[in-house]
Amino acid sequence: MTSETPGFWPPSGPEVVFLLLGVVALGSALLVVTTRQLVHAALWLVLCFGALAGCYLVLTAEFVAWVQVLIYVGAVVVLLLFGIMLTRAPIGRSADLDSGNRWAAVLVALATAGVLLSVVVAGFGAAYAPLDPGQGAAKPLGSSIFRTWVLPFEALSVLLLAALIGAIVISRTDIRGRE
Amino acid sequence: MAIMDGYFGSYVVVVVLLLIGVGIFAGGLFANRMLRPDRPTPDKLTTYECGVDPVGEGWAQSQVRYYVFTYLYVVFAVDAVFLFPWATVFAAPGFGMTTLVEMFVFLAFIALGILYAWRKRVLAWT
Amino acid sequence: MAEVLDVAVRLIVIVVAFLLLPLIVGQMEHKAMAHMQSRLGPMYAGGFHGWAQLIADGVKFAQKEDVIPAAADRRVFAIAPAVALVPYLVVLVVIPVGPGLVGADVDAGLFFVLAVMGVGVLGAIMAGWASANKYSVLGGMRAAAQLMSYELPLVLAASSVAMAAGTLSLEGIAEQWRWWWLPWQAIGAVVFFVAGLAELRRPPFDMPIADSEIIMGTMTEYTGIRFALFMLAEYAGIVVLSALTAVLFLGGWQGPLLPGPVWTLIKVFVLAFVVIWVRVSFPRLREDQLQKLAWIGLVPLALLQLALTGVVKVLMA
Repeated sequence: MTSETPGFWPPSGPEVVFLLLGVVALGSALLVVTTRQLVHAALWLVLCFGALAGCYLVLTAEFVAWVQVLIYVGAVVVLLLFGIMLTRAPIGRSADLDSGNRWAAVLVALATAGVLLSVVVAGFGAAYAPLDPGQGAAKPLGSSIFRTWVLPFEALSVLLLAALIGAIVISRTDIRGRE
Repeated sequence: MAIMDGYFGSYVVVVVLLLIGVGIFAGGLFANRMLRPDRPTPDKLTTYECGVDPVGEGWAQSQVRYYVFTYLYVVFAVDAVFLFPWATVFAAPGFGMTTLVEMFVFLAFIALGILYAWRKRVLAWT
Repeated sequence: MAEVLDVAVRLIVIVVAFLLLPLIVGQMEHKAMAHMQSRLGPMYAGGFHGWAQLIADGVKFAQKEDVIPAAADRRVFAIAPAVALVPYLVVLVVIPVGPGLVGADVDAGLFFVLAVMGVGVLGAIMAGWASANKYSVLGGMRAAAQLMSYELPLVLAASSVAMAAGTLSLEGIAEQWRWWWLPWQAIGAVVFFVAGLAELRRPPFDMPIADSEIIMGTMTEYTGIRFALFMLAEYAGIVVLSALTAVLFLGGWQGPLLPGPVWTLIKVFVLAFVVIWVRVSFPRLREDQLQKLAWIGLVPLALLQLALTGVVKVLMA
């Protein structure tokens, strides 16, 4: 953050692409919550995650971007679609997708966005970090995880294992505690 | 910085190829539109169901039996992505035995999860 | 200018390979399957051993009426083939055919390939749901369940190679490859290839399609050009899987005498032949056998391979 800060105008190529992807992400996110078709919501989510991955790519966070695609598009959305198709996935509009709390939800969403935005602005202000390809590649990430962040990583494994066992226990009705 | 070089350059190529792919798809559909007949009839547009008229809706509720598998995958996939940054630094000087031990701890967690699922007969059909 | 031209030539080669290789594999499947079953296969189109059969098929598909069932979700139904097809084209950009002969040198190449290939399965799920057909929904759900079970062994086996090579770039991996990787990474290679077959939904893992029980499953309602695009996606998938296996486990362009790209092509076609051979030889697995194979067979094997790779690599260092 020591290098010279260029002005906001004219925007550079990556900045323009980043903004456009941001607009796509925001627009598709809005469609996720406003569409009246359940499966369409999941599919708009794909676009939203894809645009987000694009944003990471522009910020040279290469590895994180593809993790975003592999985990969120390839696993989480497929999990969602699978769940929806197992339980309820009619074609066409569902009348009962609206919640009575929609205004409360809008309020909470706006408030959350406001808090995040003000934290980021207060924390970083006009700080500038040049885009430096290679920083987000797998190698620097790997050495920082396994030099500095080993313990959180192993703790994460334990957490995931606990989540897995919890899911199994909940889904199997024949597993009971001791009487 | 040259436009086709380095980090941004290679991703520009990827995006161009993506657009070409969309173009191939659109071109195929366009050629089809130029060449095809278009005579829809209500019978032609009904859903296929082995020759009888469709019964009920296209979608039906089904067993939740395999939902656990998808959980298994999502949990392990989150774990497994860490293998990749690891793989690149794994044998670099200064890591050596420690990383190996860390790896076995990691593998033990995955193996434990699968063992648990197997013991609880989640992986069996009945 | 020369630079742009260079990239353009690479892109053209990739697109031609993408349109041509799947056709050759398809024709190979027609003929190889036929001879394995004591038939002749296509003999008429084009004169010599029916070489133009798939071109004739393509022309036929392009002229067929585009039927979208009235009950279907039109938009999702219409774009599903693109979601299934385009990822395989995009993946080709990082597959090297010789030293320096690659569309774009992406540093996270291996991971990029795994991520983008996963997106292709969304196409099958979308098609299954949007058709509003009971068979198709079943097919879509089977496709989703299958992806979920086989992605993990695929990722684990791929990371074993990345560990061996110490890089994620496909070009780097092929460069590092030595002949003794063959026995060293043998388990990983088998796991990767089998899991890849399952992800492509090729027999014996074709339950999402299962023509004899759920009537092509996700593709029941598809006709004409959209169906043809799904078929193209399937065969492009075979090409991509064979090429990936060749680059990761068989050394890609490495080989004596012949130039690199020729070696890559030879390895791709040998592996594609194995894919066809497996299709003819094995009956379709049942859904529970499929899950069992993934979780009790392939995942533990992949973990074993990871441990083996790690120990050997550290002992060597």
